[in-house]
Amino acid sequence: MSIFHFTTPVTDEDIKKVHIGDVIYLTGEIVTGRDDVHHRVVVSGKEPPVDLKGKAIFHAGPIMKKISAEGEEDKYKVISVGPTTSMRMEKAEAEFLAATGTKIIIGKGGMGPKTTKGCVDNCAIHTIFPGGCAVVAAEECVETEGVEWLDLGMPEAMWKLRVEEFGPLVVSIDSYGDNLIENNKVEFEKKKQAALESLKGKLDYMS
Amino acid sequence: MSCDSQVVERLSGLVSSFICHSAGHLPDDVKTRLAQMKEVETEGFAPSIYDVMQKNMEMADKLGRPSCQDTGLPQFFAKVGTGFPYLEEIEPALIEAVKKATVEAPLRHNAVEVFDEVNTGNNVARRIPWIDWELVPGSDKLELYFYMAGGGCSLPGFAKVLMPLEGYDGIAKAVFDHMTTYGVNACPPCLVGIGIAGSAEVAAKLSKKALLRPVGSHNDNPKAAQMEKDIEDGLNSVGLGPGGFGGKLSVMGVNIEQAARHPATLAVGMSTACWAHRRAGIIISPDFTYDFFTHKGVTL
Repeated sequence: MSIFHFTTPVTDEDIKKVHIGDVIYLTGEIVTGRDDVHHRVVVSGKEPPVDLKGKAIFHAGPIMKKISAEGEEDKYKVISVGPTTSMRMEKAEAEFLAATGTKIIIGKGGMGPKTTKGCVDNCAIHTIFPGGCAVVAAEECVETEGVEWLDLGMPEAMWKLRVEEFGPLVVSIDSYGDNLIENNKVEFEKKKQAALESLKGKLDYMS
Repeated sequence: MSCDSQVVERLSGLVSSFICHSAGHLPDDVKTRLAQMKEVETEGFAPSIYDVMQKNMEMADKLGRPSCQDTGLPQFFAKVGTGFPYLEEIEPALIEAVKKATVEAPLRHNAVEVFDEVNTGNNVARRIPWIDWELVPGSDKLELYFYMAGGGCSLPGFAKVLMPLEGYDGIAKAVFDHMTTYGVNACPPCLVGIGIAGSAEVAAKLSKKALLRPVGSHNDNPKAAQMEKDIEDGLNSVGLGPGGFGGKLSVMGVNIEQAARHPATLAVGMSTACWAHRRAGIIISPDFTYDFFTHKGVTL
């Protein structure tokens, strides 16, 4: 396992250095986007209002607080922002990477074969921020630079966040097509079969 | 009968504070279990994930913030004493409390109207907050549970009706299948709630009520208690670890609740709670004094 410190825009060269199980701390600009953003970009074919080239898409629906006074330009602060279940975006992520030039996906849990191929084709990676750790993540967001598509609602909008040493981001899919969580699931499946086997006879309450 | 607006205000103020506190603080039993699990998980990614979890709990407390951004779809489980004097006021107070806490905690806007597909922006919508009612004869108190049903930990949930010959092994298999697939994404280590009954909706509801029982508690039927332990040990042997990164353990525990079944059906329901299991319980007396029993020593 190696530890990397990257700054956006992240290059193909950076991405090629990392493998599953490595850890990244990211500085620069990340943008939140989950179900509705992926739907708009991939299914509805809308041009994303944010340039994502070399940046990270963060599967997250944050709690934001408006801190600007009445009449001032809107300004927001991140209160709580942890990763959401990445697998929900499996259907659209490969196309999203191709359409936007995003280099790093940040979420939780694994993603499937379609995204894995998308990472290979677009020289991108999927990473996992520890789930449920939303205040740690919020404090690593040093500034909210703006918001787009707020009509989707607070959790679904694209929040542009400036981050410093954002992580730990565990690389779960690399640009070589390796998938950490899918590998784990193969192990889990084997152990599951053994566990069910050893339960046999113990739960026979009907006899 | 008419609703006393002063009572609604007082009750909603108390319940709102109760919600706000529970958004940022895990209950005592969950904190204890996580600390025990952290001691066991000494290899691979697990220790560093537990370190971030610990840091997050401390920061949420220090900064007074919701510990997870997904503050869930609000659900109440009310056990109402038949002698509780404010029956008219409970429901309006709970709805008001959710609106208030949404601003004050603040909670994320999580209520999306079905068909209209509009987020109402205040966590109040059709049948939301969800309120489950039980009557308690001979009591003059209101025992209230609040549960933040997050998206990630709601995804593994299911209910299905098995044929009796599939047996309790069939229940175990269904639970294991869901936990080793969807469970990986549900912020493990999870608490697993299993309901067993005669039809799907009863099993599903009991599976959620099972999650309201403390971590480490046991079913009062010795066979059910043994099944809780057997499934817990079996799931732990799979070693999902924190976040699904692998480890020595998988779950905080397994709680089973049951209702009698039909001779021809064996229904199973499963609900999961993520490690950030924000369940809060309070007993409110007619004079508004309270026992915040899931978070001992906390003054609201």
